[in-house]
Amino acid sequence: MLALVSPALLVILLLIVLPVGWLAWQSIYHDGFTLENYRRVFTEDIYWRSFALTFEISLAVTMIALLLGYPVAYLANSVPKGWSILILSLVVLPFWTSVLVRAYAWLALLQRTGVINQFLRYLDVISEPLALVHNTFGTVVATVHILLPFMVLPLYATMQKIPGDLMQAGASLGASPSLTFCRVFLPLSLPGVLAGCTMVFVLCLGFYITPELLGGGRTVMVSMLVSRNVELYNQFGAASAVAVVLLLSVFLIFFAVSRFISLDRVLGQK
Amino acid sequence: MTRISPARIALYVISALVLVYLILPVLIIAPISFSSARFLTFPPPSFSLRWYQQYFANPAWMQATRVTLTVALLTVVIATPLGVAAAYAISQSKLRIMRVIHMALLLPLVVPIIITAVGIFFVYAKVGLVATLPGLVLANVMLGLPYVVISVLAGMQSFDPAQEMVARSLGMNRPRSFFAVTLPQIKSSVIAGGIFAFISAMDETIVALFISGGQYQPLTKRMFTALRDEIDPTIAAISTLMTAASFMLVLLASTRQRRTGEGGR
Repeated sequence: MLALVSPALLVILLLIVLPVGWLAWQSIYHDGFTLENYRRVFTEDIYWRSFALTFEISLAVTMIALLLGYPVAYLANSVPKGWSILILSLVVLPFWTSVLVRAYAWLALLQRTGVINQFLRYLDVISEPLALVHNTFGTVVATVHILLPFMVLPLYATMQKIPGDLMQAGASLGASPSLTFCRVFLPLSLPGVLAGCTMVFVLCLGFYITPELLGGGRTVMVSMLVSRNVELYNQFGAASAVAVVLLLSVFLIFFAVSRFISLDRVLGQK
Repeated sequence: MTRISPARIALYVISALVLVYLILPVLIIAPISFSSARFLTFPPPSFSLRWYQQYFANPAWMQATRVTLTVALLTVVIATPLGVAAAYAISQSKLRIMRVIHMALLLPLVVPIIITAVGIFFVYAKVGLVATLPGLVLANVMLGLPYVVISVLAGMQSFDPAQEMVARSLGMNRPRSFFAVTLPQIKSSVIAGGIFAFISAMDETIVALFISGGQYQPLTKRMFTALRDEIDPTIAAISTLMTAASFMLVLLASTRQRRTGEGGR
Protein backbone atom coordinates (compact mmCIF):
# COMPACT_ATOMS: atom_id res chain seq x y z
CA MET A 1 0.00 0.00 0.00
CA LEU A 2 2.84 2.38 0.76
CA ALA A 3 4.26 1.56 -2.66
CA LEU A 4 1.02 2.69 -4.26
CA VAL A 5 0.91 6.01 -2.47
CA SER A 6 4.62 6.80 -2.80
CA PRO A 7 4.70 8.21 -6.35
CA ALA A 8 2.06 10.80 -5.46
CA LEU A 9 3.77 11.48 -2.16
CA LEU A 10 7.10 11.93 -3.94
CA VAL A 11 5.58 14.57 -6.23
CA ILE A 12 4.19 16.40 -3.20
CA LEU A 13 7.46 16.17 -1.30
CA LEU A 14 9.58 17.37 -4.22
CA LEU A 15 7.27 20.09 -5.46
CA ILE A 16 5.71 21.59 -2.40
CA VAL A 17 7.37 20.37 0.81
CA LEU A 18 10.91 20.82 -0.47
CA PRO A 19 10.28 24.24 -2.10
CA VAL A 20 8.53 25.60 0.99
CA GLY A 21 11.27 24.15 3.19
CA TRP A 22 13.86 25.80 0.96
CA LEU A 23 12.05 29.07 1.35
CA ALA A 24 12.03 28.77 5.13
CA TRP A 25 15.73 27.94 5.11
CA GLN A 26 16.54 30.85 2.85
CA SER A 27 14.70 33.20 5.16
CA ILE A 28 17.08 32.47 8.03
CA TYR A 29 20.29 31.51 6.25
CA HIS A 30 22.44 33.67 4.03
CA ASP A 31 26.16 33.17 4.54
CA GLY A 32 25.35 32.20 8.10
CA PHE A 33 22.23 32.30 10.21
CA THR A 34 20.43 35.59 10.42
CA LEU A 35 17.15 36.95 11.66
CA GLU A 36 17.63 40.16 9.72
CA ASN A 37 14.86 39.28 7.26
CA TYR A 38 12.35 38.78 10.04
CA ARG A 39 13.50 41.92 11.79
CA ARG A 40 12.70 43.83 8.63
CA VAL A 41 9.32 42.17 8.22
CA PHE A 42 8.32 43.07 11.76
CA THR A 43 9.79 46.54 11.96
CA GLU A 44 9.70 48.15 8.53
CA ASP A 45 6.65 50.16 7.82
CA ILE A 46 5.91 48.87 4.33
CA TYR A 47 5.74 45.26 5.55
CA TRP A 48 3.58 46.08 8.53
CA ARG A 49 1.18 48.09 6.45
CA SER A 50 0.88 45.34 3.88
CA PHE A 51 0.16 42.68 6.51
CA ALA A 52 -2.35 44.95 8.23
CA LEU A 53 -4.06 45.76 4.93
CA THR A 54 -4.18 42.08 3.95
CA PHE A 55 -5.81 41.11 7.25
CA GLU A 56 -8.26 44.00 7.00
CA ILE A 57 -9.25 43.13 3.45
CA SER A 58 -9.55 39.43 4.32
CA LEU A 59 -11.74 40.25 7.29
CA ALA A 60 -13.94 42.57 5.25
CA VAL A 61 -14.23 40.05 2.42
CA THR A 62 -15.14 37.29 4.89
CA MET A 63 -17.83 39.39 6.57
CA ILE A 64 -19.33 40.52 3.26
CA ALA A 65 -19.25 36.97 1.89
CA LEU A 66 -21.03 35.74 5.03
CA LEU A 67 -23.70 38.43 4.79
CA LEU A 68 -24.28 37.71 1.10
CA GLY A 69 -23.83 33.95 1.29
CA TYR A 70 -26.01 33.12 4.28
CA PRO A 71 -29.34 34.19 2.72
CA VAL A 72 -28.54 32.35 -0.49
CA ALA A 73 -27.61 29.15 1.35
CA TYR A 74 -30.72 29.52 3.52
CA LEU A 75 -32.95 29.99 0.50
CA ALA A 76 -31.39 27.03 -1.34
CA ASN A 77 -32.07 24.94 1.74
CA SER A 78 -35.70 25.99 2.12
CA VAL A 79 -37.02 25.61 -1.44
CA PRO A 80 -38.01 22.44 -3.37
CA LYS A 81 -35.15 20.34 -4.72
CA GLY A 82 -35.32 21.56 -8.31
CA TRP A 83 -34.99 25.17 -7.21
CA SER A 84 -32.16 24.44 -4.84
CA ILE A 85 -30.25 22.67 -7.63
CA LEU A 86 -30.74 25.75 -9.80
CA ILE A 87 -29.56 28.11 -7.07
CA LEU A 88 -26.50 26.00 -6.28
CA SER A 89 -25.65 25.71 -9.99
CA LEU A 90 -25.71 29.48 -10.28
CA VAL A 91 -23.42 29.66 -7.25
CA VAL A 92 -20.83 27.21 -8.61
CA LEU A 93 -21.00 28.44 -12.20
CA PRO A 94 -18.56 31.31 -11.64
CA PHE A 95 -16.47 28.93 -9.52
CA TRP A 96 -15.53 27.17 -12.76
CA THR A 97 -14.67 30.35 -14.59
CA SER A 98 -11.00 31.24 -14.62
CA VAL A 99 -9.98 33.85 -12.04
CA LEU A 100 -8.32 35.81 -14.85
CA VAL A 101 -11.50 35.84 -16.88
CA ARG A 102 -13.38 37.21 -13.89
CA ALA A 103 -10.74 39.86 -13.27
CA TYR A 104 -11.22 40.93 -16.88
CA ALA A 105 -14.98 41.00 -16.45
CA TRP A 106 -14.73 43.19 -13.36
CA LEU A 107 -12.41 45.57 -15.19
CA ALA A 108 -14.97 45.77 -17.98
CA LEU A 109 -17.73 46.46 -15.48
CA LEU A 110 -16.02 48.82 -13.06
CA GLN A 111 -13.51 50.93 -14.96
CA ARG A 112 -14.07 54.61 -15.73
CA THR A 113 -15.46 53.86 -19.16
CA GLY A 114 -16.95 50.60 -17.90
CA VAL A 115 -20.47 49.29 -18.08
CA ILE A 116 -21.58 50.51 -14.65
CA ASN A 117 -20.20 54.03 -15.03
CA GLN A 118 -21.68 54.36 -18.51
CA PHE A 119 -25.03 53.15 -17.26
CA LEU A 120 -25.07 55.53 -14.29
CA ARG A 121 -24.12 58.47 -16.51
CA TYR A 122 -26.81 57.51 -18.99
CA LEU A 123 -29.31 57.64 -16.14
CA ASP A 124 -27.84 61.00 -15.08
CA VAL A 125 -27.20 59.71 -11.58
CA ILE A 126 -23.59 60.87 -11.81
CA SER A 127 -21.83 63.42 -13.97
CA GLU A 128 -18.27 62.23 -13.38
CA PRO A 129 -17.30 58.56 -13.59
CA LEU A 130 -16.81 56.95 -10.18
CA ALA A 131 -13.46 55.42 -9.26
CA LEU A 132 -14.70 51.88 -8.81
CA VAL A 133 -11.56 49.99 -9.71
CA HIS A 134 -7.77 50.23 -9.39
CA ASN A 135 -8.33 50.68 -5.68
CA THR A 136 -9.26 48.64 -2.63
CA PHE A 137 -12.95 48.80 -3.50
CA GLY A 138 -12.44 47.04 -6.83
CA THR A 139 -10.25 44.43 -5.18
CA VAL A 140 -12.87 43.67 -2.53
CA VAL A 141 -15.76 43.47 -5.02
CA ALA A 142 -13.90 41.00 -7.25
CA THR A 143 -12.46 39.01 -4.36
CA VAL A 144 -15.86 38.51 -2.73
CA HIS A 145 -17.14 37.37 -6.12
CA ILE A 146 -14.44 34.73 -6.37
CA LEU A 147 -14.71 33.51 -2.79
CA LEU A 148 -18.49 33.54 -2.30
CA PRO A 149 -18.96 29.92 -3.47
CA PHE A 150 -16.51 28.81 -0.74
CA MET A 151 -18.90 30.40 1.76
CA VAL A 152 -22.21 29.21 0.33
CA LEU A 153 -21.28 25.55 -0.13
CA PRO A 154 -20.27 24.71 3.47
CA LEU A 155 -23.20 26.79 4.76
CA TYR A 156 -25.62 24.85 2.57
CA ALA A 157 -24.07 21.50 3.55
CA THR A 158 -24.48 22.32 7.24
CA MET A 159 -28.00 23.70 6.91
CA GLN A 160 -29.11 20.59 5.07
CA LYS A 161 -28.26 18.48 8.08
CA ILE A 162 -30.43 20.55 10.42
CA PRO A 163 -33.61 18.51 10.93
CA GLY A 164 -36.75 20.38 9.87
CA ASP A 165 -38.59 18.88 12.85
CA LEU A 166 -36.67 21.16 15.17
CA MET A 167 -38.11 24.24 13.51
CA GLN A 168 -41.59 22.78 13.61
CA ALA A 169 -41.11 21.93 17.27
CA GLY A 170 -40.12 25.52 17.93
CA ALA A 171 -43.16 26.79 16.09
CA SER A 172 -45.52 24.36 17.85
CA LEU A 173 -44.24 25.60 21.19
CA GLY A 174 -45.36 29.08 20.20
CA ALA A 175 -42.15 30.70 18.98
CA SER A 176 -42.38 33.11 16.09
CA PRO A 177 -40.48 32.18 12.92
CA SER A 178 -37.80 34.77 13.65
CA LEU A 179 -37.39 33.52 17.21
CA THR A 180 -37.10 29.90 16.01
CA PHE A 181 -34.52 31.05 13.51
CA CYS A 182 -32.46 32.91 16.10
CA ARG A 183 -32.68 30.31 18.85
CA VAL A 184 -32.66 27.07 16.86
CA PHE A 185 -31.53 27.39 13.26
CA LEU A 186 -28.80 29.99 13.58
CA PRO A 187 -26.85 28.25 16.38
CA LEU A 188 -27.06 24.92 14.55
CA SER A 189 -25.67 26.49 11.39
CA LEU A 190 -22.62 27.93 13.16
CA PRO A 191 -20.26 25.07 12.23
CA GLY A 192 -20.97 25.87 8.59
CA VAL A 193 -20.39 29.57 9.27
CA LEU A 194 -17.04 28.77 10.83
CA ALA A 195 -16.03 26.42 8.00
CA GLY A 196 -17.01 28.94 5.31
CA CYS A 197 -15.39 31.90 7.07
CA THR A 198 -12.15 29.98 7.59
CA MET A 199 -11.89 28.97 3.96
CA VAL A 200 -12.71 32.44 2.64
CA PHE A 201 -10.39 34.21 5.09
CA VAL A 202 -7.45 31.89 4.47
CA LEU A 203 -7.83 31.93 0.70
CA CYS A 204 -8.11 35.70 0.75
CA LEU A 205 -4.89 36.06 2.76
CA GLY A 206 -2.98 34.55 -0.15
CA PHE A 207 -4.79 36.33 -3.00
CA TYR A 208 -2.58 37.63 -5.73
CA ILE A 209 -4.16 37.99 -9.16
CA THR A 210 -7.17 40.05 -8.13
CA PRO A 211 -5.34 42.71 -6.07
CA GLU A 212 -2.59 42.85 -8.69
CA LEU A 213 -5.00 43.50 -11.56
CA LEU A 214 -7.78 45.41 -9.79
CA GLY A 215 -5.88 47.11 -6.97
CA GLY A 216 -4.12 49.57 -9.22
CA GLY A 217 -0.76 49.20 -7.50
CA ARG A 218 -1.99 50.84 -4.32
CA THR A 219 -3.56 47.83 -2.66
CA VAL A 220 -0.36 45.94 -1.87
CA MET A 221 -1.36 42.65 -0.33
CA VAL A 222 1.18 40.29 1.23
CA SER A 223 1.34 38.03 -1.80
CA MET A 224 2.29 41.03 -3.96
CA LEU A 225 4.99 41.86 -1.45
CA VAL A 226 6.40 38.38 -1.96
CA SER A 227 6.36 38.59 -5.73
CA ARG A 228 7.77 42.13 -5.88
CA ASN A 229 10.63 41.18 -3.60
CA VAL A 230 11.46 38.35 -5.96
CA GLU A 231 10.79 39.91 -9.35
CA LEU A 232 11.68 43.55 -8.91
CA TYR A 233 14.17 43.73 -6.10
CA ASN A 234 15.80 40.29 -6.07
CA GLN A 235 15.34 40.30 -2.30
CA PHE A 236 15.00 36.55 -1.92
CA GLY A 237 15.58 36.54 1.82
CA ALA A 238 12.93 39.18 2.47
CA ALA A 239 10.47 37.47 0.11
CA SER A 240 11.04 34.17 1.92
CA ALA A 241 10.52 35.70 5.35
CA VAL A 242 7.25 37.31 4.25
CA ALA A 243 6.15 33.99 2.76
CA VAL A 244 6.97 32.11 5.95
CA VAL A 245 5.03 34.58 8.11
CA LEU A 246 2.05 34.29 5.75
CA LEU A 247 2.22 30.49 5.76
CA LEU A 248 2.47 30.35 9.55
CA SER A 249 -0.57 32.63 9.84
CA VAL A 250 -2.53 30.28 7.59
CA PHE A 251 -1.48 27.17 9.52
CA LEU A 252 -2.20 28.88 12.83
CA ILE A 253 -5.73 29.71 11.69
CA PHE A 254 -6.33 26.15 10.51
CA PHE A 255 -4.95 24.83 13.81
CA ALA A 256 -7.16 27.13 15.87
CA VAL A 257 -10.23 26.24 13.84
CA SER A 258 -9.51 22.51 14.02
CA ARG A 259 -10.11 22.70 17.77
CA PHE A 260 -13.76 23.53 17.07
CA ILE A 261 -14.63 21.67 13.89
CA SER A 262 -13.05 18.91 11.84
CA LEU A 263 -10.71 20.20 9.15
CA ASP A 264 -12.30 17.79 6.68
CA ARG A 265 -15.35 19.96 6.97
CA VAL A 266 -13.39 23.03 5.95
CA LEU A 267 -11.39 21.43 3.15
CA GLY A 268 -13.97 18.93 1.99
CA GLN A 269 -15.82 21.46 -0.08
CA LYS A 270 -13.50 21.81 -2.98
CA MET B 1 -53.47 29.86 2.96
CA THR B 2 -50.26 31.25 4.32
CA ARG B 3 -49.28 34.81 3.63
CA ILE B 4 -45.72 35.31 2.45
CA SER B 5 -44.01 37.18 5.25
CA PRO B 6 -41.95 40.34 4.64
CA ALA B 7 -38.89 38.46 5.89
CA ARG B 8 -39.45 35.87 3.19
CA ILE B 9 -39.75 38.55 0.50
CA ALA B 10 -36.54 40.17 1.73
CA LEU B 11 -34.86 36.77 1.53
CA TYR B 12 -35.93 36.33 -2.10
CA VAL B 13 -34.83 39.82 -3.10
CA ILE B 14 -31.44 39.64 -1.39
CA SER B 15 -30.73 36.18 -2.77
CA ALA B 16 -31.73 37.23 -6.29
CA LEU B 17 -29.39 40.23 -6.11
CA VAL B 18 -26.53 38.07 -4.87
CA LEU B 19 -27.10 35.59 -7.68
CA VAL B 20 -27.08 38.41 -10.25
CA TYR B 21 -23.81 39.62 -8.74
CA LEU B 22 -22.39 36.10 -9.13
CA ILE B 23 -23.57 35.50 -12.67
CA LEU B 24 -23.42 38.90 -14.37
CA PRO B 25 -19.61 39.12 -14.69
CA VAL B 26 -19.51 35.64 -16.19
CA LEU B 27 -22.14 36.57 -18.76
CA ILE B 28 -20.84 40.03 -19.65
CA ILE B 29 -17.71 38.77 -21.37
CA ALA B 30 -19.41 37.05 -24.30
CA PRO B 31 -21.15 40.20 -25.63
CA ILE B 32 -17.92 42.18 -25.31
CA SER B 33 -16.05 39.51 -27.25
CA PHE B 34 -18.50 39.79 -30.16
CA SER B 35 -18.45 43.59 -30.15
CA SER B 36 -16.78 45.67 -32.82
CA ALA B 37 -15.61 48.38 -30.44
CA ARG B 38 -11.96 48.86 -29.65
CA PHE B 39 -12.76 49.81 -26.09
CA LEU B 40 -15.04 48.17 -23.61
CA THR B 41 -18.45 49.56 -24.36
CA PHE B 42 -21.78 48.20 -23.43
CA PRO B 43 -24.08 47.60 -25.17
CA PRO B 44 -21.78 46.80 -28.10
CA PRO B 45 -22.23 49.12 -31.12
CA SER B 46 -22.22 46.28 -33.63
CA PHE B 47 -21.51 42.61 -33.95
CA SER B 48 -18.06 41.49 -35.04
CA LEU B 49 -15.73 38.52 -34.98
CA ARG B 50 -12.59 40.61 -35.20
CA TRP B 51 -11.31 39.75 -31.71
CA TYR B 52 -11.64 36.06 -32.46
CA GLN B 53 -9.79 36.61 -35.74
CA GLN B 54 -7.04 38.45 -33.87
CA TYR B 55 -6.73 35.58 -31.47
CA PHE B 56 -6.56 32.85 -34.10
CA ALA B 57 -4.26 34.87 -36.37
CA ASN B 58 -1.74 35.72 -33.65
CA PRO B 59 1.17 33.23 -33.49
CA ALA B 60 2.00 34.16 -29.89
CA TRP B 61 -1.57 33.45 -28.68
CA MET B 62 -1.64 30.22 -30.70
CA GLN B 63 1.68 29.05 -29.28
CA ALA B 64 0.43 29.85 -25.77
CA THR B 65 -2.76 27.89 -26.46
CA ARG B 66 -0.75 24.90 -27.62
CA VAL B 67 1.37 25.07 -24.47
CA THR B 68 -1.72 25.25 -22.26
CA LEU B 69 -3.41 22.30 -23.91
CA THR B 70 -0.22 20.21 -23.91
CA VAL B 71 0.45 20.94 -20.25
CA ALA B 72 -3.16 20.25 -19.23
CA LEU B 73 -3.27 16.97 -21.14
CA LEU B 74 0.08 15.73 -19.80
CA THR B 75 -0.99 16.78 -16.31
CA VAL B 76 -4.08 14.59 -16.54
CA VAL B 77 -2.14 11.65 -17.97
CA ILE B 78 0.36 11.76 -15.09
CA ALA B 79 -1.74 13.02 -12.17
CA THR B 80 -4.69 10.67 -12.67
CA PRO B 81 -2.87 7.31 -12.21
CA LEU B 82 -0.79 8.74 -9.35
CA GLY B 83 -3.88 10.12 -7.64
CA VAL B 84 -5.93 6.95 -8.15
CA ALA B 85 -3.15 4.76 -6.75
CA ALA B 86 -2.78 7.07 -3.75
CA ALA B 87 -6.53 7.31 -3.09
CA TYR B 88 -6.87 3.52 -3.36
CA ALA B 89 -4.04 3.01 -0.89
CA ILE B 90 -5.45 5.59 1.52
CA SER B 91 -8.92 4.06 1.49
CA GLN B 92 -7.77 0.43 1.81
CA SER B 93 -4.85 0.68 4.19
CA LYS B 94 -5.25 0.76 7.94
CA LEU B 95 -1.77 2.13 8.55
CA ARG B 96 -1.91 5.19 10.77
CA ILE B 97 0.61 7.05 8.66
CA MET B 98 -1.93 7.09 5.83
CA ARG B 99 -3.82 9.86 7.59
CA VAL B 100 -0.71 11.99 7.57
CA ILE B 101 -0.06 11.12 3.92
CA HIS B 102 -3.66 11.99 3.07
CA MET B 103 -3.21 15.41 4.65
CA ALA B 104 0.12 15.86 2.84
CA LEU B 105 -1.56 15.19 -0.51
CA LEU B 106 -4.02 18.00 0.20
CA LEU B 107 -1.22 20.50 0.94
CA PRO B 108 -1.44 22.16 -2.49
CA LEU B 109 -4.94 23.33 -1.55
CA VAL B 110 -3.83 24.73 1.79
CA VAL B 111 -0.52 26.45 1.09
CA PRO B 112 -1.13 29.90 -0.45
CA ILE B 113 -0.34 29.52 -4.12
CA ILE B 114 2.04 32.47 -4.19
CA ILE B 115 4.26 30.70 -1.65
CA THR B 116 4.19 27.48 -3.66
CA ALA B 117 5.06 29.45 -6.78
CA VAL B 118 8.05 31.24 -5.30
CA GLY B 119 9.28 28.04 -3.63
CA ILE B 120 9.11 26.08 -6.88
CA PHE B 121 10.85 28.94 -8.66
CA PHE B 122 13.81 28.74 -6.27
CA VAL B 123 14.09 24.96 -6.57
CA TYR B 124 13.66 25.00 -10.36
CA ALA B 125 16.31 27.70 -10.70
CA LYS B 126 18.78 25.38 -8.98
CA VAL B 127 18.04 22.37 -11.19
CA GLY B 128 17.47 24.20 -14.47
CA LEU B 129 13.75 23.56 -14.85
CA VAL B 130 12.68 27.19 -15.21
CA ALA B 131 11.08 27.94 -18.60
CA THR B 132 10.85 24.26 -19.54
CA LEU B 133 7.84 22.16 -20.47
CA PRO B 134 8.64 19.31 -18.01
CA GLY B 135 8.94 21.85 -15.22
CA LEU B 136 5.54 23.32 -16.01
CA VAL B 137 3.91 19.89 -16.27
CA LEU B 138 5.40 18.65 -12.99
CA ALA B 139 4.17 21.69 -11.09
CA ASN B 140 0.68 21.23 -12.50
CA VAL B 141 0.70 17.52 -11.64
CA MET B 142 1.39 18.48 -8.03
CA LEU B 143 -1.38 21.09 -8.06
CA GLY B 144 -3.85 18.70 -9.73
CA LEU B 145 -3.23 15.71 -7.45
CA PRO B 146 -5.59 16.81 -4.64
CA TYR B 147 -8.54 16.99 -7.05
CA VAL B 148 -7.97 13.43 -8.25
CA VAL B 149 -7.43 12.15 -4.71
CA ILE B 150 -10.57 13.86 -3.35
CA SER B 151 -12.74 12.71 -6.24
CA VAL B 152 -11.53 9.10 -6.18
CA LEU B 153 -11.76 8.87 -2.39
CA ALA B 154 -15.38 10.00 -2.65
CA GLY B 155 -15.95 7.27 -5.24
CA MET B 156 -14.27 4.63 -3.08
CA GLN B 157 -16.69 5.42 -0.25
CA SER B 158 -19.58 3.95 -2.18
CA PHE B 159 -17.57 0.92 -3.25
CA ASP B 160 -17.71 -2.27 -1.21
CA PRO B 161 -14.15 -3.58 -0.78
CA ALA B 162 -15.52 -7.04 -0.05
CA GLN B 163 -16.07 -7.43 -3.79
CA GLU B 164 -12.37 -7.20 -4.41
CA MET B 165 -11.77 -9.75 -1.64
CA VAL B 166 -14.12 -12.11 -3.42
CA ALA B 167 -12.25 -11.68 -6.68
CA ARG B 168 -8.99 -12.38 -4.93
CA SER B 169 -10.34 -15.42 -3.13
CA LEU B 170 -11.31 -16.73 -6.56
CA GLY B 171 -7.69 -16.55 -7.60
CA MET B 172 -7.11 -13.11 -9.07
CA ASN B 173 -4.04 -11.29 -7.87
CA ARG B 174 -4.34 -7.83 -6.41
CA PRO B 175 -3.67 -5.73 -9.54
CA ARG B 176 -5.94 -7.89 -11.67
CA SER B 177 -8.78 -7.74 -9.20
CA PHE B 178 -8.35 -3.97 -9.02
CA PHE B 179 -8.60 -3.52 -12.78
CA ALA B 180 -11.39 -6.08 -13.23
CA VAL B 181 -13.58 -5.30 -10.24
CA THR B 182 -12.76 -2.01 -8.54
CA LEU B 183 -11.75 0.32 -11.36
CA PRO B 184 -14.91 -0.17 -13.47
CA GLN B 185 -17.01 0.76 -10.45
CA ILE B 186 -15.10 3.92 -9.56
CA LYS B 187 -14.51 4.84 -13.20
CA SER B 188 -16.74 7.91 -13.07
CA SER B 189 -14.91 9.44 -10.10
CA VAL B 190 -11.61 8.77 -11.81
CA ILE B 191 -12.77 10.55 -14.97
CA ALA B 192 -14.23 13.42 -12.93
CA GLY B 193 -10.96 13.74 -11.00
CA GLY B 194 -9.02 13.81 -14.26
CA ILE B 195 -11.28 16.53 -15.66
CA PHE B 196 -10.84 18.67 -12.54
CA ALA B 197 -7.06 18.23 -12.84
CA PHE B 198 -7.33 19.34 -16.47
CA ILE B 199 -9.31 22.46 -15.58
CA SER B 200 -6.92 23.23 -12.75
CA ALA B 201 -3.95 23.02 -15.14
CA MET B 202 -5.76 25.07 -17.79
CA ASP B 203 -6.51 27.87 -15.30
CA GLU B 204 -3.28 27.85 -13.34
CA THR B 205 -1.66 31.27 -13.52
CA ILE B 206 0.49 32.18 -10.55
CA VAL B 207 2.99 29.32 -10.66
CA ALA B 208 3.29 29.82 -14.43
CA LEU B 209 4.06 33.51 -13.87
CA PHE B 210 7.18 32.52 -11.96
CA ILE B 211 8.44 29.39 -13.67
CA SER B 212 7.42 29.65 -17.30
CA GLY B 213 9.13 31.63 -19.99
CA GLY B 214 10.34 31.71 -23.56
CA GLN B 215 8.25 29.59 -25.86
CA TYR B 216 6.73 27.63 -22.99
CA GLN B 217 4.35 30.24 -21.64
CA PRO B 218 0.76 29.15 -21.11
CA LEU B 219 -2.22 31.21 -22.17
CA THR B 220 -2.91 32.40 -18.63
CA LYS B 221 0.53 33.95 -18.29
CA ARG B 222 0.14 35.92 -21.52
CA MET B 223 -3.39 36.93 -20.51
CA PHE B 224 -2.17 38.18 -17.15
CA THR B 225 0.54 40.28 -18.75
CA ALA B 226 -1.89 41.63 -21.33
CA LEU B 227 -4.41 42.54 -18.63
CA ARG B 228 -1.78 44.32 -16.57
CA ASP B 229 -0.35 46.35 -19.43
CA GLU B 230 -3.29 47.31 -21.62
CA ILE B 231 -6.74 45.90 -21.96
CA ASP B 232 -7.26 44.32 -25.32
CA PRO B 233 -10.67 42.87 -26.24
CA THR B 234 -8.86 39.85 -27.71
CA ILE B 235 -8.85 38.73 -24.08
CA ALA B 236 -12.65 38.78 -24.11
CA ALA B 237 -12.61 36.33 -27.02
CA ILE B 238 -10.09 34.07 -25.29
CA SER B 239 -12.02 34.33 -22.01
CA THR B 240 -15.26 33.37 -23.72
CA LEU B 241 -13.62 30.33 -25.30
CA MET B 242 -11.99 29.32 -22.00
CA THR B 243 -15.23 29.71 -20.09
CA ALA B 244 -17.14 27.66 -22.66
CA ALA B 245 -14.47 24.96 -22.51
CA SER B 246 -14.42 24.69 -18.74
CA PHE B 247 -18.24 24.69 -18.49
CA MET B 248 -18.44 21.83 -20.97
CA LEU B 249 -15.82 19.91 -19.02
CA VAL B 250 -17.57 20.50 -15.71
CA LEU B 251 -20.87 19.40 -17.23
CA LEU B 252 -19.15 16.25 -18.49
CA ALA B 253 -17.62 15.60 -15.07
CA SER B 254 -20.87 16.12 -13.18
CA THR B 255 -22.98 13.94 -15.49
CA ARG B 256 -20.28 11.29 -15.11
CA GLN B 257 -20.58 11.47 -11.36
CA ARG B 258 -24.33 11.53 -11.34
CA ARG B 259 -24.73 8.53 -13.64
CA THR B 260 -23.40 6.12 -11.04
CA GLY B 261 -24.73 8.07 -8.11
CA GLU B 262 -21.27 8.64 -6.75
CA GLY B 263 -21.32 11.51 -4.32
CA GLY B 264 -19.03 14.40 -3.72
CA ARG B 265 -17.27 16.68 -6.06
